[in-house]
Amino acid sequence: MRRIALLALLLVGLTGVAEPQVTLPDIEDEVMCVECRTALNVSQAPVADQERAFIRARIAEGKTKEEIKAALVAEYGPDVLAEPDPEGFDLAAWLVPGGLIALAALGVALLARRWRRRDDGPAPAGGSELDPADARRLDSELRAFDS
Amino acid sequence: MQPRLYWPITFAAAALVALLTYGVASTGPDTSIDEQLQAGERVEAPVRDLPRLGATGTGSLADHAGRVVVLNVWASWCPPCTSEMPLLQRTHESIESRGGLVLGVDTQDATEDALEFLREKDITFASLRDRDREYGRSLGVSGYPETFLIDRRGRIAALRRGPVTQAWLDEHLEPLLKERA
Repeated sequence: MRRIALLALLLVGLTGVAEPQVTLPDIEDEVMCVECRTALNVSQAPVADQERAFIRARIAEGKTKEEIKAALVAEYGPDVLAEPDPEGFDLAAWLVPGGLIALAALGVALLARRWRRRDDGPAPAGGSELDPADARRLDSELRAFDS
Repeated sequence: MQPRLYWPITFAAAALVALLTYGVASTGPDTSIDEQLQAGERVEAPVRDLPRLGATGTGSLADHAGRVVVLNVWASWCPPCTSEMPLLQRTHESIESRGGLVLGVDTQDATEDALEFLREKDITFASLRDRDREYGRSLGVSGYPETFLIDRRGRIAALRRGPVTQAWLDEHLEPLLKERA
């Protein structure tokens, strides 16, 4: 039993350190077709076929995902990555969602504040507390009823 | 809607619409060169240093001042580029002795594929690499192939957005070759 456990540990030690091989679909959805400006995994354009062949060749060379993406940028420029540039009009793609999230958070905060105020405010008419005049009248009515 | 919320929401919606309008308007190709050529004017050709395809260093239109340049924007994955290459090669060979040349601009292409493409087609004219079409955008390039005829003074005299034909070259290139700088 001890020998089997030792053998298992040895196998894990030998195979466990190897990084999993990157695949084409791992990269395709993070890369653009440079001519048609759609994600590579949905593009059938000739340049998209060339990009896929380029990625396959780099995978065959044993490159990592980051190395392949860097090689794609070196060949086709930064627009090949499926993320907007942090400058020019593309900056809006980063700022608008952030602004919308900030606005939504502000809206939730304002609503929460309004609800809290409503809870802390005076009890609505018809609530359990009576004004003193009504309380006195109720007491006298109850006394009259008891007697 | 509460009056307090009306103006902020209206302003935010208007800003969003303006942003989208700007985005759509700014993504189209620049047609200013086409318009100036149609008006009968020649346009100063944009000059930018680009890496030489299959060689070291950079090159640009400035290297060919005083010569007529047939600037051809191509990519190895583009079928119409394949079909016009033999004509461009013949043109290059025929105008070299008359103070002209064909200069390729390989765009959005894998270097290995581009070099293989040139070898297969026996292309001898030089090409520069415009890897992300940044230079092409300054020429209003919206597809491939596109060809620009640059006169001896570095001005665009004619352009063709699509494959060139012998008839088009005869009509537009011949008069340029006869001009003096």
